Amino acid sequence: MSHARPLEMERLSTAVAKERSIEWLGAIALLALIGAQLAGVLNSPPDRDMGHLQKIMYVHVPSAWNAFIAFFVVAIASLLYLWKGKEQYDLVAASAAEVGTLFTGLTLVLGSIWGRPTWGVWWTWDPRLTSTAVLFLVFVGYLALRSFVEDADRRAQWSAAVGLLGALNVPIVYMSVKWWRTLHQMQSNPSTVDPEYVIGLRTNGIAVLLLLIYFIVKRYRAARMERLSEHLAESAALEGRRA
Amino acid sequence: MPLSHDLRRVRAIIWKDLTTERRSKAGFNAVAFLGVLILLLFGFALGPDAEALREAATGALWLAILFSGVLAFNRSYQLELDGAALEPLLLYPAPRWTIFAGKFAANLLFVLLVEVIVVPVAIILFQVKSLVGWAPAMGVMLLGTIGFVALGTFYASMASRSRAREVLLPLLLFPMLVPVLLASAEATSSLLAGNPMQDAGAWVKLLATFDVIFVVASFFAFDHVIEV
Amino acid sequence: MSNFGSPTLKLRGLARRFGTRWALRGITMDVEPGEVVGIVGHNGSGKSTLLRVISTALRASAGEGWVFGHHLQREAVEVRRHIGFLAHAPGLYDDLTATENLIFAARMLGVSESTIPPTLERVGLGHARDERVRGFSAGMQRRLALARLIMGRPRLLLLDEPYNNFDPQGIELVNDVIQGVRSDGGSALVVLHDRRQGERVLDRIIELGRGVVLDATNEAKPLTLVPATAVPS
Repeated sequence: MSHARPLEMERLSTAVAKERSIEWLGAIALLALIGAQLAGVLNSPPDRDMGHLQKIMYVHVPSAWNAFIAFFVVAIASLLYLWKGKEQYDLVAASAAEVGTLFTGLTLVLGSIWGRPTWGVWWTWDPRLTSTAVLFLVFVGYLALRSFVEDADRRAQWSAAVGLLGALNVPIVYMSVKWWRTLHQMQSNPSTVDPEYVIGLRTNGIAVLLLLIYFIVKRYRAARMERLSEHLAESAALEGRRA
Repeated sequence: MPLSHDLRRVRAIIWKDLTTERRSKAGFNAVAFLGVLILLLFGFALGPDAEALREAATGALWLAILFSGVLAFNRSYQLELDGAALEPLLLYPAPRWTIFAGKFAANLLFVLLVEVIVVPVAIILFQVKSLVGWAPAMGVMLLGTIGFVALGTFYASMASRSRAREVLLPLLLFPMLVPVLLASAEATSSLLAGNPMQDAGAWVKLLATFDVIFVVASFFAFDHVIEV
Repeated sequence: MSNFGSPTLKLRGLARRFGTRWALRGITMDVEPGEVVGIVGHNGSGKSTLLRVISTALRASAGEGWVFGHHLQREAVEVRRHIGFLAHAPGLYDDLTATENLIFAARMLGVSESTIPPTLERVGLGHARDERVRGFSAGMQRRLALARLIMGRPRLLLLDEPYNNFDPQGIELVNDVIQGVRSDGGSALVVLHDRRQGERVLDRIIELGRGVVLDATNEAKPLTLVPATAVPS
């Protein structure tokens, strides 16, 4: 059930005026990422099976982790929107979904690139990668829905519901794909990670997390600006007319 | 008193949806025919080797049900939209869940009737030899259909109001149905082959869990998305 | 029946937007029991939108309203119990008969189906009770829509251009329905295409322009346009 919302323009203008630069976060994230990547690449020995290809994991795995974090944000923001009705939550959800979809796509592409030299195929229906592919499609659907709905309030309500249901399905999709794979006893990935890689993964994971936060905030601010400009255009039209 | 009124409302919507469906020509027939057609096409694409067909049987069956069943969902809202009847429908002093319950039940009946036709055709076309565990297999099909119809009814309430509704509904719905597809196809194959219930047990539990979660979630979310 | 003190309808700053376009920009008005208020205005002035928000078919984007003391957003189901809405489009099921349409309505309204035959007679559709709506003329469809409205025994009528393209008997029927509700202590909001249409039943007329109330008089006489000063802040 929606609530009557106070006119947003004042609130949006104030929020935008009070914005402080977040470029410092972007800079830190970038530096952290470069540092973690270099550390990972230089310090870890080649994997016995995959050689230096293993290093792609330092981008692939953190991307996957952060994609899931992003979709978790979508779920929470959607729930908050349905509960409280504040437009900010919708914008956060949409921003997180866009960035999350990007990272998911990246995960899939890197996973495929990783797989090709290793097993000779571009796709192995590995459970985690496959679940990620399904998740990718769920959120592409979310973004498609948003692009088809013009009215901002309806768009917010609908995508919150869709985002929430999509997020609910993530663990179930993962479990069902995993069982399906073990049932058919396909070769499983050498998915266990040697301890010497773990630190590299974690540091990269954190660096990418910083990048994720930076991207989401930037996207959210851009979305907020869009809303503000829509309101301003409308109110300018109002002033310009005589009744 | 209110609950009996609400149940009366649910029954009214089921009656109304099924009656209008029956009278508007070619609704059910077209969908059932499409299901059969899809099976045939799968047969061409995967066969004619009997063994290959048998392996693919439950998968092809479920895909035929999914692709033909989606047509039912947009139609159930189309009935309201054509005559601008959605507005009066939403203006009755009826809680929204009664509308969802009525449409869900009507769609479920519709899809189950489609399955009555499509399943035997699949058995024949795909040369399914073993039907040992057919009774529990039907139970699995029912569980799978429930999850399918609950989510289909929910997403169609939005897709039917959008541009590109024919593409938006499958785009939203099908990724969500991956667990249903996997669980139903696997469990049905296993049961039909005569494997004991335990083998399929984990899948059945997954299906049942999925159904509970998403029937409840759809009811809850419907309230937020249905509007004029 | 009356812990419903006055007024029947209370609106405070009601506003509604579609995308970035505000169709209603802050409507504040009261309607007392027994009042029949006409609403006029150019196309796009928000007349239909106003009715639809009051009926709860649309949610308000801002502002609040109460029908018989029930809040539009928070107590929407209660509001709907008291409302009788007649839209432009009849909103009937073409493949069902007149009686079947009303059976469905009765069940959804929670009223007995025994009221159907007399209601059909009252609106002049007794002879067509078992015909499918698909074959109905526009006038017949509106009569059926009125029958559906009557069955709900509303106490606030929201009628969107009920007289348009209606034959004289139909117009009589609409006025009859309005009088019936009014004599029960109910009220009516009637959107008019032409201010002369409702002369016989209206107590006053409100004019809307671009989503705001331009002026309100207590008598059904011609108004002069006043520039809108109320703009949502």
